[in-house]
Formats: sequence, C-alpha cells, structure tokens
Amino acid sequence: MRRFVADKAKSLFHLSRSFQRRPEPLNPLQSLLLTRFLSSTSIVDCPSPSPSSSTMDPPTPLTLHTINPKVLKCEYAVRGEVVTIAQRLQQELKDNPGSHPFDEILYCNIGNPQSLGQQPITFFREVLALCDHPSLLDKSETSGLFSADSIDRAWTILDQIPGRATGAYSHSQGIKGLRDAIAAGIEARDGFPSDPNDIFLTDGASPGVHMMMQLLIRSESDGILCPIPQYPLYSASIALHGGTLVPYYLDEATGWGLEISDLKKQLAAAKSKGLSVRALVVINPGNPTGQVLSEENQRQIVEFCKKEGLVLLADEVYQENVYVPDKQFHSFKKVVRSMGYGDEDIALVSFQSVSKGYYGECGKRGGYMEVTGFSADIKEQIYKVASVNLCSNISGQILASLVMNPPKVGDESYESYRGERDGILSSLARRAKTLEDALNSLEGVTCNKAEGAMYLFPRIRLPEKAIKAAEAANTAPDAFYCKRLLNATGVVVVPGSGFGQVPGTWHFRCTILPQEDKIPAVVSRLTEFHRGFMDEFRD
Amino acid sequence: MSPKALDYESLNENVKKVQYAVRGELYLRASELQKEGKKIIFTNVGNPHALGQKPLTFPRQVVALCQAPFLLDDPNVGLLFPADAIARAKHYLSLTSGGLGAYSDSRGLPGVRKEVADFIGRRDGYPSDPELIFLTDGASKGVMQILNAIIRGEGDGVLVPVPQYPLYSAAIALFGGSLVPYYLEETANWGLDVADLRQSVAQARRKGITVRAMVIINPGNPTGQCLSAANLREILQFCYQENLVLLGDEVYQQNIYQDERPFISVKKVLMDMGGPMSKEVQLVSFHSVSKGYWGECGQRGGYFEMTNIPPRTVDEIYKIASISLSPNVPAMIFLGLMVNPPKPGDISYDQFVRESKEILESLRRRARIMTDGFNSCRNVVCNFTEGAMYSFPQIRLPPRAIEAAKKAGKVPDVFYCLKLLEATGISTVPGSGFGQKEGVFHLRTTILPAEEDMPAIMASFKKFNDEFMEQYEDHRGYSRM
Repeated sequence: MRRFVADKAKSLFHLSRSFQRRPEPLNPLQSLLLTRFLSSTSIVDCPSPSPSSSTMDPPTPLTLHTINPKVLKCEYAVRGEVVTIAQRLQQELKDNPGSHPFDEILYCNIGNPQSLGQQPITFFREVLALCDHPSLLDKSETSGLFSADSIDRAWTILDQIPGRATGAYSHSQGIKGLRDAIAAGIEARDGFPSDPNDIFLTDGASPGVHMMMQLLIRSESDGILCPIPQYPLYSASIALHGGTLVPYYLDEATGWGLEISDLKKQLAAAKSKGLSVRALVVINPGNPTGQVLSEENQRQIVEFCKKEGLVLLADEVYQENVYVPDKQFHSFKKVVRSMGYGDEDIALVSFQSVSKGYYGECGKRGGYMEVTGFSADIKEQIYKVASVNLCSNISGQILASLVMNPPKVGDESYESYRGERDGILSSLARRAKTLEDALNSLEGVTCNKAEGAMYLFPRIRLPEKAIKAAEAANTAPDAFYCKRLLNATGVVVVPGSGFGQVPGTWHFRCTILPQEDKIPAVVSRLTEFHRGFMDEFRD
Repeated sequence: MSPKALDYESLNENVKKVQYAVRGELYLRASELQKEGKKIIFTNVGNPHALGQKPLTFPRQVVALCQAPFLLDDPNVGLLFPADAIARAKHYLSLTSGGLGAYSDSRGLPGVRKEVADFIGRRDGYPSDPELIFLTDGASKGVMQILNAIIRGEGDGVLVPVPQYPLYSAAIALFGGSLVPYYLEETANWGLDVADLRQSVAQARRKGITVRAMVIINPGNPTGQCLSAANLREILQFCYQENLVLLGDEVYQQNIYQDERPFISVKKVLMDMGGPMSKEVQLVSFHSVSKGYWGECGQRGGYFEMTNIPPRTVDEIYKIASISLSPNVPAMIFLGLMVNPPKPGDISYDQFVRESKEILESLRRRARIMTDGFNSCRNVVCNFTEGAMYSFPQIRLPPRAIEAAKKAGKVPDVFYCLKLLEATGISTVPGSGFGQKEGVFHLRTTILPAEEDMPAIMASFKKFNDEFMEQYEDHRGYSRM
C-alpha cells in the first residue's frame, strides 16, 4: 500500500514537473491525475493553462508518438541502416586514415552511376548548359566551345519555352514542346503514336509513382500487386499512402521469371482476404533482379490486367540497360498496342527516367509518366494533383526530351555521342558479367545473370552458425552478412530483406557500377571476405 | 467490356477534395483563350520570369559551368565566363560527389546545407545546425513532407490563415487532415488577432479535432502583410501554450516594400524570447529560390530548417526524403548562391547588385502602382502590398452581379474574374481560391507584369470594372464591407 502511494506521488510529481512541457501525450488516466493534482496545488513558474489545454486533450507536439504512423511504417533500405554505418566509416577514414582495413568506401548500394565516375553524355550537358544560360547563344565565342548541333538543339528547345524563360514555372504537365518531342521519341521507339497530353513530366520517375499510389489507394483495403523482390520505392509508397502490398513472387530458379499462375494465385488470395486489388506493378528490366521480360510474358501480363481490371504500372526506367543479345526491351505500350488494344481496353502508366540507361543523370531529377487508358475526369485529377506542385524542374524536363531524342546519324555530335553511349553500355555489360561470375564462384552463392538494369542479386546460403550469430546480434541474417562485409572491405551493398525474398532465403543487392578499373579490387575483397566468413561460420 | 480499372468512383476521396485555384478554372480558361489567339496577361501565379523578369546573370553562369564541366578545361572559357563564376563553379562541383548528375545526400549536399546554415546564422544572429536543414525540390515539397508527418487523419487539424496560399488547403485535403481557419483582418491591414486564434482552436476542439500545427505566411500570400516582431512573439507564445508545431512559410522574405516592418524571421524571434520556449517550441521554416529577386521558379529549389524537433522524428523525416533519393542538384547550387551571393570586391559584384536592386526597386514601385490603381476604382478597396508578390483587392459586387453569377452557376468572384479575363486578357485568381469571409469578394493578381505595361493594365482593369459596375449596379447597395 505504501509502495502504491509512493509510486502514485512520484508519478504525479513527474507529471507536474513535465507540465510546462509535456513531451509525450498523456493517456487519459495520467491526464485525470494531473488535473486533480493541479486543482489542489499551485505550481510556480507554470504558464497559466488556457482552458483548452487542461482538458482531456493530449498535448501533441511532433514526436515519434504523434507522427503520422504511416511514416513510421514505411521502410527504404537502399538508403537504410547499412548505408548509415558506411557513412560513419567514411568519416572515420577521413578523420583517421588507416583506421580500417580498407582505403575507401565503395557504395554499391545505389544506382548512382555518376557518383562512381561514370561521365555524362557530352551533347546532353552542352544543351543543358546553353539552356541554363541562354545569353551564351548571343556570343560569337560560344561556337568555339560548343558543338553546332548542341547550339541548334538549345535554340529549338528555347523557342518552345515562352519567353525563353527556363526559370519560369511551366505548364504543370511540362513544357508542351518538350512533351511533343518525347511523344515523338516514344513513337520512334515503339512504332505506335503517343499523345503529348498523356505525358506528365516529373522530378524523376518516383514522384509519378507516388502520384499514382495516391490516386489508387483509398484505404488499407486497397491492394497493389508488387513483384518480390521489388525496388522498395513501391513498398514504401504503398505504406505511406495507407494501402496494402500484395506480393507476387518472381521465380529465382527460372531467371526470376514471372508466372501468370502465381499472379492469379496471389490475386485470388488477396480478394479472399477482402482486399480490392487496384493495380499491378511490373519492373522491366527488373530491379533488383535484372531480368528482361519476354514479349510473350508481357502479353500474358497485359491480358491479365485487362481481364481483372487492374491498372498496369510499368516501371521501365532501365529500358536502355539490356546486356544480353537474346533479349530486347519492348515497352508495355508497344505490346498493348500491338495486341490491338486501345485506351478503352487497358489502363497503363509507363514510367521513364533520366537517372539510368547510359545517361545516369540521377541528380537532375528528370522523368515522366505516360498515362493511357484513363477517362478524361481521371486525367483531370492527375493534372490537378500535379498542379499543386506547379511543375517539375525545367532542366530535368529538357533532359528527358534529350534522352528520348538523342543525336541521330548525320548530326555533328552523333559519332561522339554514339562512342560515349556504347562505351558505357558495353562496359556495364562487361562489369555485369565479371561480377556475376565472381559471385557464382563463391561458396554457397548463386547469382542469376543480370540481363538488364544495374544490379546483381546473388543468393547466399548462410550456415546455421551465421544465422544464429545474426539472431544473437538482433539482426536479419542478410543484414548481418552485409554489415560484416562492409566492416571488412568497405563495400556497401543492400540486404535482400530490403527488397523482399522468399522467406528463408537470403540475398543482397550489389550494383555493377564501380568503374571497371575498380572491379578487380571489389572482386578480390569480396572473395577474400566471403572465404573468411565461411571459414568462421561453416557448419 | 473490361471492368474499368480506375474511374472517378473508385478514386481516392482525398484527391477529389483537393482544390488548387492558382492553376484552376481561371487559368484553364485563360489557356484555352490563349490557344485561340487572345493575348493573355498571366497574373495568376508568382512566376516572375514568365512576365519578363530576367534571371540574374551570375547564378546562370555558375550553373552552366557546373552543367558542362568540360568547359572548365577549355583555355578559352575566360572569354565567356568571369573568373569568379569559374571559381564558384569549381567550388560547388567540389561539394558534389560526381557532379550534377549524381544523387546527393537525401537531405541535399552537405556543403550547401552548411552555407544555408551560415546564412541563417548571419541573418538571425543565432547559430543554425546544417543537420536540421533539408533541401527540397521547391519549398512546396518540403511543406508536403512536414504536413504528411504531422497529419495522422481527419482528427488532426492545422491552423491556416484565411486568406491562404492554397498549397496548404490542398496538402491538408490530400493527407486527410482538417483545415482549421483563422481569419486575417482586412481592415487592420490583414492583421492577426490572437483572440481569434484561440477562438478558432476552441471551435475546432469542440468538434473533436486535435489541433497539431499552425501555418503563418510571412510576408503573406495573397495578402502581403509583414508581421511585426510583437505579432510573431504572440504567435510563438500561442503555439507554446497550445503545443502546436509552427510552420513558417518565409519564401517572400526578400520581397519587402515598406520600411516600417522589415523582415524578421520567426526563428530569430523565438531565439530572442529565450528561456524554455526557445528550446521547446517546434518550428519548421521554409525558404525558396522561386521568389525574392531571384524568381527562379523553374529550378524547384527550396529548403526547410527544423527547430526543436526531436532527433528520432528528424530521422523519420529523413527516411521519407530518402525514398525520393535526393532533390535536384542544380537547384542546390542556386540555393547556395542565393545565401552566398557575390561580395564586394568580386568581379561580378557590381552587376549582381545592379540587377538585384533594379528588380526590387521596380517591384516596390509596381506594388504602389497596383494598389493605387485598384483603389482608384470606387467599388474596390485594396490594402497596400507590404511584401510578397501579389495584390489582393476587395471587389464590392452589386447584388445584381451576384444574382447573375448564381444564375451562371458560378461563385461571384469567379464570375467577375472570368468576365475580366474575357474582356481584357488579364488572368487572375478569384479570392474564393484563397478563402475569404462570407459575402466578401477578392481577386489575386501578381505585381509582376513589366513596369512599363502596368499603367495600361491598370487602365484596362479600370475600364472593365467601371463597365461591369454600369451593367450590374442599380444603387441598391453593395456586397458587405
């Protein structure tokens, strides 16, 4: 009894001291105790409570307790825990060289080519610089520093911008002339026309994805089919918008194949749980898995979406990253149209970006979505949401139009453009192969070929001892492996759990982006680490 | 017939609720008319470069060099670019890890955030922590991120000034929260009364709403008023007592057209107040490269600074930023240059100062020309534009005009603005897009049209207005106020 009274007094005292600033919301009981306490005692130095604040209303400054729970729920491993550790190690190396068994941190966690030495395409940068500072075009010296066709292209683009004002907000879908150019580029790629009014230029492809999730998700009863493994923008965006991710599993044994039977199974299971499945996300070429879908597969997916009334969300940002001669990128738009389907048949949103391909212009935040098969009133709503942010950055818009309309045969810059492009793509193909082979040579590791994109997603078979050690360290086994790898070699990869994987299997995602001359070091460090790891934990 | 995947029925309700008049009905009609060949003067959005304001030379030189670093290797680069622009380009490139084309830290380049922190420190006289400064693709994205973190559901309310810049109402609708209005008093120069704030909060709480945050826009948009230090102290005190996060939209801090009330940041006032308040009141302050004398709207560059937000909450906000990987890097260079412009002695200093002064002095003159022009109409009352970029005249509409509007199925100020557009090509935003008291009508126009065009524009407006009044007036009386 005494203990209870003492505890009660202690908690009241704590409450009274914290009244001036309550950092945590009080539960109703605490509130009640506090009000009683206040009414019988005066408190010095307490701001006179306004009538409203001594009610049952809990105080609500912004803390973890009162933050939007959807924010807490979402995860994004690409820049998650392992990366935070890497940044700390990098700082330590800077402050104290030699403090680690490696000289530098190698960020293989993120598809950020230019941060690892990939050079931008000269022609694109020439045009962008001229558009950034149009007065250059009035100076005669400019023709001595810029190629003639980049000057021409800059003029063409500036003439499409009212007042040549690249610093002005544009139309909320993006500058019309640039959308025309992109539509023309899409038509040249696919052989089917594209309507500039269907194109929404965005700050990278990601905001477009968020916009679509916002439109589609009404509550957690709305489900979105996503591939497992997936690029965690999708899981994060679904969580942020309060929806439910409905997984469909890519088959590792068949090169990460997509089986329609699994799609159907997952859809049925979701429906039986009372979910309303709204859309299907397909990433082609895949991330993290790198597979390039066959046209037949794509047709099956289109039929499936049409039959089930699903919006097809086609993430095609890696469309220019295909490394195998027996596969080719076909846009879903092309597949849909070649099946004879029009806007009345299927709703399709295709995403493209300036961040990947051979251009790798991540920092520019350029991209677009082509929205087809939606009614006018939906397009109006998409426009409305886009208009709240006014427009995407103009430089990124210009770059998107360049990516979809690069120099052609006969243009002054064509040869050098072609050389730069082919150099980057062939190097990526070589690095993909070298790393794939290296990973496959490791004990207990199998790695599917990277047919496209920028990643390898090897499967590691972790010995029981390692799994136990991970558990003891309160870490997922693949994260345990990745952290050990980082601490031993400075190589940063992302644990497979960040992308989703069949339970009981472990993977990590590693980019193929370190410059070619760094690849041997990556391979040897990785190989040495893995040998040591297996020696330590082998069953 | 295939089942329709996404139709209006099955759209997220929150999206349906969103309104953003700045690019709404009037703008769409104006665009239609423009396509038909009519000359339109777009005064619907604070978009200086679209109305002829030139970009400042120095930042464009720096960014162009960063965009095409191979220029820096060319022996002839000095023929096209001054030495200080070249040096600055090299400086900003050194802050990136791979140039403009690499994703930066999700919070923005650390070096630029440090420059922003230094600027804030100089401006306010109190140190600022770069770790609490996040760069964003425009200030609007930052506002959205913060409101998304705060709003859990419709039980959460956010105090928003009426009239307000409709980003706030749109974002609150999008995130499913509740907008709790507090009215600015037009007759008191759009002043803010704390008693009115208390009343708004009490009313909201009676409805079961938990009021979480308060938005102030200083200088105001659309109203232009500049808050005094005393006003800001009252607001901070209020937020402290009511446990509200204060969102300080300060994107117009460089647009001040009177000398009685210079800009003072709400952060400075908070720090000046000292004591437990300065350590406890939660504040997020927003700034942008879109306004001021820069007007670089198309770059989408902005930042927010957090004060007294707990570390783990900061981490969560960082996490959300990281999903979009990073803001755009060229805009970060504009931000860096904005907070760190050319200094006396720099080669480009004189030109920079000349260009900036010209713009600011002209804006000040245009603010006066517009206010006076509106006030010269007998049915129009217009508070002086103390700051920002807008004029928000009150248009007193005769009862017959209001009836005609109703018959046409339009809100009265929309009716008026559409007629104004069709008669003169002036594209404004009706006051209903910003919120106003019942029965009181306004329109918002910018003060951005070129100074030499202003007299003609105001004459054109007056002619239309007087003819409109001729048509609808019958001396019975006016709309209230």
